[in-house]
This record gives sequence, C-alpha cells and structure tokens, in this order.
Amino acid sequence: MRFVFKTDYAQDIRLAKHGGHVFWYSLLMVFLLAAPWLIAEYWLAQLTFILIYAIAGLGLMLLAGFTGQFSIGHAAFLGVGAYTQAVFTNMGFPFPFALAMAGMLSAAVGVVVGLPALRVKGIYLGIATIAFAFIVEEVFARWESVTGGNSGIHIKAPNLFGWELSSGEEFYFLCLVITVTVTLGILNLLRSSTGRAFVAIRDSEISAQSMGIHLARYKTLSFAISAALAGIAGALYAHKLQFISPDQFNIIQSIDLLLMVVIGGLGSVHGAFLGAIFLIAMPQLIAMTKDYLPAVIGQAPGLQSLVYGAVLIGFVLGEPLGLYGRWFKIRTYLQTFPFYRKGMFKRQKTFQKSDRLK
Amino acid sequence: MQFLQLVISGIAQGCIYGLIALGFVLIYKATETVSFVQGELMMLGAFGGLACMTMLNFPFWLSVICAISAMAVFGVLLERLIIRPILGQPAFSIVMLTIGIGYVARGLITMIPGIGTETHTLPVPYKDEIWKVGTLVLNVEQMVVIAATSVLCGLLFAMFKYSKMGIAMQASSQNQLAAYYMGIPVKRINGLVWGLASAVAAIAGLLLAPITFVHANMGFIGLKAFPAAVVGGFGSLPGAIVGGLIIGIVESLAGFYAPDGIKDIAAYVVVLIMLMVKPNGLFGEKLRKKV
Repeated sequence: MRFVFKTDYAQDIRLAKHGGHVFWYSLLMVFLLAAPWLIAEYWLAQLTFILIYAIAGLGLMLLAGFTGQFSIGHAAFLGVGAYTQAVFTNMGFPFPFALAMAGMLSAAVGVVVGLPALRVKGIYLGIATIAFAFIVEEVFARWESVTGGNSGIHIKAPNLFGWELSSGEEFYFLCLVITVTVTLGILNLLRSSTGRAFVAIRDSEISAQSMGIHLARYKTLSFAISAALAGIAGALYAHKLQFISPDQFNIIQSIDLLLMVVIGGLGSVHGAFLGAIFLIAMPQLIAMTKDYLPAVIGQAPGLQSLVYGAVLIGFVLGEPLGLYGRWFKIRTYLQTFPFYRKGMFKRQKTFQKSDRLK
Repeated sequence: MQFLQLVISGIAQGCIYGLIALGFVLIYKATETVSFVQGELMMLGAFGGLACMTMLNFPFWLSVICAISAMAVFGVLLERLIIRPILGQPAFSIVMLTIGIGYVARGLITMIPGIGTETHTLPVPYKDEIWKVGTLVLNVEQMVVIAATSVLCGLLFAMFKYSKMGIAMQASSQNQLAAYYMGIPVKRINGLVWGLASAVAAIAGLLLAPITFVHANMGFIGLKAFPAAVVGGFGSLPGAIVGGLIIGIVESLAGFYAPDGIKDIAAYVVVLIMLMVKPNGLFGEKLRKKV
C-alpha cells in the first residue's frame, strides 16, 4: 500500500507523482533506448509502428478523450501529413523542415474541419469529419500531379542535414525522440490552463462557457493540435512504409484510430500508448494463433475484423475506460491493498442525459 | 430525356439511401443512440434473402418475408442483448458499440466458407427487364425500388399515425419519461424500434441486391445514408427519405455532368454544405439545450 503525503500544491501537478513513477518510467526509457540491441529487426519495426500510432493516438486522444469532440475522419490528417512529407522530402528539403510543414499543414486543415465543430456537435460533427475524410481521400486519388494518384508515391529516406537515416535503427531513434517530445508536450499541455479548459469543454460546454472559456478558440485549438500530431505521425508513417497511396488513409484507417483510443482508454495519455500496442500487436497475435485454429476459422479473411469487433464490444460493455481503466483498477487494488471495495468503480448510469430539448 | 433518365435512376438510388437513413432516424428518435450498424444490417438482410432463395429454394415472396422477419427478430435480440445494457452511457460508447457490431457482422459473413468472400446475384423474378415508355428506358429493378419504397413509406406513415403501437413509439421518442408515466412500456418499445429499423434495412438490402450485388462489403453504402439523414434533419422520418432522394439525385447528376470522381464525394459535399448552412437539416427542429 502506498500513501502519497501531500504537503505542497505543486505536488498535484508534478509529472512524476512519486518515486515509483520515476523508477518505472526510467526503466521503460532504458528499455526503449536499448531496444535495437535487444530485439530482432522485425520486432523493432513493429515497435516503431507502435510509436508512430501512439503519436496519432495522442492527437486523437486530446481531441476525443480530453476535449470531447469526436472525429471519425482522423486518417485524413494522417494522410495530409504523409503526403506533405513525401512531397517536401522528394523535393530535397531536410527532414525537420518537411516535418514542420507536415504538422503545420495538417493543423491548418484541422482548423478548417474544426469550423463546423463550432456550430454542430456530437454525431453531426462525426458525420462532418467522415464527409471531410472522404473528400480528402478523393483529392489524394485525383490530384495526380502532386500525389501520384492511385498508383501512390515513393518517399526517400529522411535526411537530417546531410545525415541519411536509412537504417531501421536510426529511424527508430528518430521516432522515439519525437514520441517522447510529443508525450511530454501533451502532458504539459494537459496540466496547463489550456488543458484544463479542454477538459472543462468535454465535461460540459455550457458550464465551461459560463466560466469564461472561449469555446470557439479552444475547440479550434484542440482540432489544430490534434491534426498537427496526426500529421506528424503521418509523416513518420510515410517514411516508415516508404510508399503511400490514398487507400491507406480510408475510412477503415479512421475507424482503426478511433478503435485505438477507445480500447486504450478514453481520457488518459496512457490509453493512446496501450491502444497503439493493441492495434499493432493484435494482427501479430492473430497471425500466431492462426496455425492452431481449424483451417475454416484460421484461414478465413474475416477473422481479424471479427476479433476487433468482438474486443471493441467487450470493452464498451465491460470496461468503458479501456485497457488503461483495467490497469487503473488493478493498480488501485494493489495500492490500497486490504481496503479495496467492490463498488469503488461502479459505473454511474445517467439515464437519458439528453442532447435534445425536452 | 437524358436528364429525366438520370433523375429516375437517382431517385431509385436515393430510395435505398433513404430507407437506410430511415433506420438511423427511427433508432435515433426512439433511443437517442446513433447506429453505425445499419449498413451491415442491410447486408445481413440481403444475405438472408440470398440464403432463402438459393439454399432453401424458397419462392421469391416467401424468401422476402423470411428475410425481413428474421432481420426484425435479429434487431430485437441485438437491442436486448447488446444495446440495452449500456443505455444511459455517453452516446459515443454506443456509436463505438455499433461500429463493433458492424465489424463482427462483416467478419462473420466473410468467414462463411465459399459464400462470404464471393459476390452473388440475387435471383429475383424481375431481373434485367426493361420497360420502354416513349424514349425513356426504365429499368424494372429501379422501378421496383421506387414502388416498394413508396408503399413502405405509406405503411410506416399509417402505422405512426393510426396504430396504437405507432403512437406509443412517437410518444416514447418525444419524451421517454412522460411516456413511461403514461404506462407505455418504453423498454419494449425501444426493442421493437430496433426490430423495425432492422426490417427496413433488410428491405433496403433486398431492393438494392438486384441492382448491385450481394457481398460482405455492401454495408459500406450505409456511410452514404448518414448524409441523407443529416440533409433531411436527423430527427425527422420524412426528412430521411427526402434527404436520401436529394443525395441520390445529386449523385446521379454529378456522375454524368461533373468530372470523374465528383460522383463518389457528391454526397459528402452536399452534407458539408448543409451543415454549414442549416445544421439542423431541412426538416429538423431547431433545438437548444437548456441548462
């Protein structure tokens, strides 16, 4: 059992709440830094994908989990980032410049998409983002002079002022640095007044507004940051795959991103990472267990979508806070060891908290 | 003439969108949840009809009745077993839940060996027939879609207007608590609404099947029914059909007069314009939340 004795207000917003945090996160960092020497190249590539998806997940988490604005078209931002990166890198610009452009262009697009969010909310916003994502996908396919159309576009290795990062290890470290920077940035943002404004908007727009939070500004800001992170993730994604085509940024990808934050756990930074691990590890796990299943089930093409769907249903029904919520309960059980009560995390039902006028 | 031809095929396509949108709106009005599974329900309905016709060798009319009633039962069960336990949770949980159900439905259908991954044609009696009216060439399949949709709309209108059940559904969708106090079994009504929405989706599937094909991914057309529902106003039943028709006609005309690629995104462009100009849709009520 652990008891954190608070003597100072600054303790409430400290990133590492106690010694355990420092120890475990340092251990994680050491593992991540040593990973290229510890694990095989294939798994390192998977780990790189986890980092990339975690960045996109952090973006969507900020929007969906902390600001409460659901975007069902986030793959569009991923695509904007990826194509911007591809175009600028192939024109010979160095990596940091191309990445900045990818992030900023995505953010600009995010602001445009965020505009309807000022007028519509809930499901209407979801539909607006879906509609937007379809339009963007079509633009990628049709604007052939820039994007190469449906045949896709190749992208050169990232170039850090003359230093080509062509090997998997070098690129892994690049992703790691960006992921850590982004994570710390998001953590800092969330404990600032801006982050608290986001959470206030999520919990109740009306009360946030009456507390003097400028809804339009903060919603647009949230969309912009979220889109910028998705754009950065898209840029790294493009470099990792070295080839992008419009169908990589379709509605399935958007739903995958959403699935990632929901299964990871809405409203927690951990959730973005846990969701990314789930999203990357699940196909591997399915591929591994395929051989042990009867051929009718194991070789069926629909197996993956069946498993994803079933896991999603399971989480929404049984554990709405996702993987992180499950971990949080286990941790609380251990920390308060003999005193854990069954009803501690009982779901509260809010019957028909209606969005409509009654 | 060409224009009229395009409009007619647009109307037929729009009827399909409208029927799927009708399912969304029914469920949204009754339970205030948004169902992303409507397209997949349509797909299941079409597969149900296919199974009845080709595997059980039922005659056409019996297959249609079987498929529709089977889907209605399926909808009721879905509501009872999966949706009801989380009623009262944030709306987004239910959206994710229905996306999950859609994934499972698609996965299960593709897992049926030999059938799931193929595309099939539904052997309807009116396949590939055409009528010539003056210079117009009318596709019977499209005419059947339009006729069936009109009949269905009439039936639904009569049901909501005159039957006890329909009025109870209206009452429950306007104010659940008040309806409950008046002795309306709101929970059972919610289940029945899901059943009704599934049956309508199955009808849409059976109507669409002769025009396109029956395959596991035909449910993605449901994503075009969202724009239809929004254009009509999300809470309005006639709006869903009108929205569907608008989307269908715009799409059909865009396919002919506009450059390549516009046809696929026409529906989304229309909905974005609609959201900017009139977020509540053509028939939606203007509502503001009170504190």
